[in-house]
Amino acid sequence: MTTDTAPTVAIPSVRAIRWKRRQVATARFIRAFSRYRSGLFGVGILLFFVAVAVSAPYVFPEYLLDPNANLSNSVYAPPSAEFYYWMGTDDLGRSVLAELAWGARPSLVVGILASIMAMIIGTLVGIASGHFRGFFGGSMERLTDWFLVLPFVPTVIVLQAVLGETTIWITVIVLGITSWPGTARLVRAQTLSVEARPYIERAKVLGNSDWAQMVRHILPNVMPLVIANTTLTVAIVILSMTTLAFLGLLDPNLISWGGMLDSADATGAALQGAWWFLIPPGLCVIAVVLAFTLIGRTLEVVLNPRLGSN
Amino acid sequence: MAVLDMRDVSLTYHPSEGPVPAVRHVDLSVDAGEVVGVAGESGCGKSTLISTVLRLYPKSATVDGEVLVDGENVFDMKWNRMRAVRWGEAAVVFQGALHSLNPIQRIGKQLVEPILVHDKGATEASAMKKVRELLDQVGLPTRHVNAYPHQLSGGQKQRIMIALALTCDPKVLLCDEPTTALDVMVQAQILDLLKGIARDRAMGMLIISHDLSVLSTNCDRIAIMYAGQVVEQGPALDLFQNPAHPYTRALMGAFPTIGDGESRYAPTGLPGDPPFPGDLPSGCSFHPRCAIATDECSTVNVVLEPVGPGRDAACIHVNQGVGAP
Amino acid sequence: MAQQEPGGVSDAALDPTEFGRVQRPSRVSGIGRFTARRLLTGLGTLAFVLVFNFFLFQMLPGDPLARYKGAREISAEDLAALRQELESPLWEQFFNYVKDPLQLDSYSTIQGKPVWEVIADALPWTLILLGTSTLLATVIGIWIGIRAGWNRGSKFDKNSTGITLFLYATPEFWLGLLLILFFSTGFWIFPGIFPSGSAIGSGLDPWTVDGVISIAWHTVLPAASLAAVYLADYSLIMRASMVDELGQDYLMTARAKGLMDRAIRRGHAVPNASLPTITLIFLNIGFIIGGAITVETVFSYPGLGLLTWNAIQADDLPLLQALFLFFSVSVIVFNMIADIVIAAIDPRIRL
Repeated sequence: MTTDTAPTVAIPSVRAIRWKRRQVATARFIRAFSRYRSGLFGVGILLFFVAVAVSAPYVFPEYLLDPNANLSNSVYAPPSAEFYYWMGTDDLGRSVLAELAWGARPSLVVGILASIMAMIIGTLVGIASGHFRGFFGGSMERLTDWFLVLPFVPTVIVLQAVLGETTIWITVIVLGITSWPGTARLVRAQTLSVEARPYIERAKVLGNSDWAQMVRHILPNVMPLVIANTTLTVAIVILSMTTLAFLGLLDPNLISWGGMLDSADATGAALQGAWWFLIPPGLCVIAVVLAFTLIGRTLEVVLNPRLGSN
Repeated sequence: MAVLDMRDVSLTYHPSEGPVPAVRHVDLSVDAGEVVGVAGESGCGKSTLISTVLRLYPKSATVDGEVLVDGENVFDMKWNRMRAVRWGEAAVVFQGALHSLNPIQRIGKQLVEPILVHDKGATEASAMKKVRELLDQVGLPTRHVNAYPHQLSGGQKQRIMIALALTCDPKVLLCDEPTTALDVMVQAQILDLLKGIARDRAMGMLIISHDLSVLSTNCDRIAIMYAGQVVEQGPALDLFQNPAHPYTRALMGAFPTIGDGESRYAPTGLPGDPPFPGDLPSGCSFHPRCAIATDECSTVNVVLEPVGPGRDAACIHVNQGVGAP
Repeated sequence: MAQQEPGGVSDAALDPTEFGRVQRPSRVSGIGRFTARRLLTGLGTLAFVLVFNFFLFQMLPGDPLARYKGAREISAEDLAALRQELESPLWEQFFNYVKDPLQLDSYSTIQGKPVWEVIADALPWTLILLGTSTLLATVIGIWIGIRAGWNRGSKFDKNSTGITLFLYATPEFWLGLLLILFFSTGFWIFPGIFPSGSAIGSGLDPWTVDGVISIAWHTVLPAASLAAVYLADYSLIMRASMVDELGQDYLMTARAKGLMDRAIRRGHAVPNASLPTITLIFLNIGFIIGGAITVETVFSYPGLGLLTWNAIQADDLPLLQALFLFFSVSVIVFNMIADIVIAAIDPRIRL
């Protein structure tokens, strides 16, 4: 990351210089990141699941997921040699493998979108509560504290009821609204430490507006931390979404790993020994969550302004 | 008799990028009651040199040579003996401005701890009595035993560090930048205190600083380090008034002389940075920054050689009388 | 939290008067003041939760009367009164709510009992589960974290970090399902050892020896599922703080003093490194009270989590509203305890 304090005088080549500098910074970032094997491992897992999510509709036609189209299949059939049924069938006779592949889609979409939403709210509130003294900053801080104590599942239920029908977009919004306070706290702490640095004083003395101080000086300094934190948030959001799906609080028509586990639990897959419907969805959740966690932890080290500048 | 005697001491760190020789063939001794200063830029190996005395360097580092504390080589010691020597024979005055004190323990408890570890006969009460006496000796009110580090100022913390170093009556006191980050008035107070302690208790004292002027007025002898080596040493006053090595002269030029108006306007300083110990220049390590370097300097290995009574310097030009004033 | 910036210069260091007066180092008054202030902000948060709780449930769609009547036997007059109350203006309803924020006369629609009675019935079970799993997670997690952080880069560190990261990514209810599959159903080579439903054998009195044994037996699997996931959290945090502390100057001082390795670790590194973990543990206790929903559902464990799930299924809004309040308050309370405990250990916090 560059902590570029853009030159105020317009030189013709400033754009080119900045572009060049970004290229150099990107190359340096990639080199630094690839020194961490666990981070690369995370990227590998993630790429695999992205590929699965993108290709799922082409590899597994939609009829495989339609309960009415699979009535002739036996329920809880164990894994067999036929490709579609490598992982056996579920409680409705559908291909577990097809469901696993399709299940990657909501996990990634909801996880990433809700985290970006949480990132935006959390960064705005965090910077505001760190930068402004007095009533406004104080109320932003209180707001963060308040949202931090809301019990997750009941809040989600009520929010969903208020927002109406539970579509995947509602889930994104609900998870975004419930996931930002952690980011806000982190950003606030970092903002306070950046504000203590002399060049913010300088920016103030030179008459920069609050907006300019926040956008030009504070934001670039909290961004690395925010990016690392958001990656870790994706992991938590995916876990939360799995929980919601398991409790039957997602769009019932949506194929998701948590939903599969819900069906497995509701129809007694464990008691019937149908491990193929029980173990793979959980492992998929773990793999994706682990991938984001590993990437996030590596980003924390690589982007950390404290450790990175050396 | 020398209470601390370093003979041909070398220390090499081994990070994954390759070996880093941080200290190279240093000879240095401190007699009882003597105050010796070591000066140099940051990164020259002076703190690493101190770490060899109590073997406080990381396990992965390798050492060579001998460090005799009161005649006993610490590199040969078993860990039990080493722990007894730590603080019992030689103690360190760490930088008080750093977080050298445990932030969540009261001062008294931290000062009592080494007494209880090293003096088997000591009780909690007798140790606390001694700590109070020590606080008094370093000029602090005894109620500070109940204070936490964050409640004290930088100067007060430095006095605590000195009291802490004295808890087990060591024979050698190693002071690691004891006045850095303190303002000038407090610096002078701390140095007076240290000098007084060395005199009264007849202990050997090694003071490390990047500030040559601080050392010159408070030490009996001074050694100048550059890139892990001692490049010049001698009696403090003599060395200060009449520096032989070009590096010493550059180091002095960085501080204006009080009373000499000209020097204020022409701080000579030194171009460039000290070399990274993992990637040293050939020949004399100083030659790329040296004002009087010749071709020869990049090939010949320089060693300390006598340049006057009690004076040594490691520079071929000085030895040939070229650069000498 | 008013945590001091690491590396920041404290005011004391800038104090130009060398003998500047030291703050009176009295632990009790500092902690007392801090506690009082913390209680005040806690009350503020509580007020927010109450207001939020009211309006959130006001916004719910559907006929409010049908929700509140529920399974309760209700006389014609009472019904009329309830209807009148529900049709009164919002500010009047809010005023009534503020007068009685606990809604003591509120009835659960599924159980036909006052909501607080229903909650009181389920609470002991949750506390048993919570206590067992927190104890396990804390002891094991901190032990792993200390050992891994102290021997950073060792084989133990690499293995334990790998395993704990894996557990950290595991949904606790899935772990519960696996434990049922392996230890409850007699699947494959595993004998079915532990029960997987309810919290006590049917017909047993919990105050007898048999009852206590049965309770313990029933707690094993759900507690293990929760503990495994949370111990991963604690050990990862503890390890990270240990690694942070290892680079601190005061540990060099401790080594130079001639302390044994163990004394350095126990006396200096661990107390300092445990602060973030302690905070997290208390925060999590607050959250698990309401967050064990999935695990309790999987094991049909009759605590507050299962109660919440049942309330969701049956649209029991009065109960849900009370649970919402109870969970929020428990988070607020444990948040407060965490801050006070930390302030008691770390003098820098109580300024």
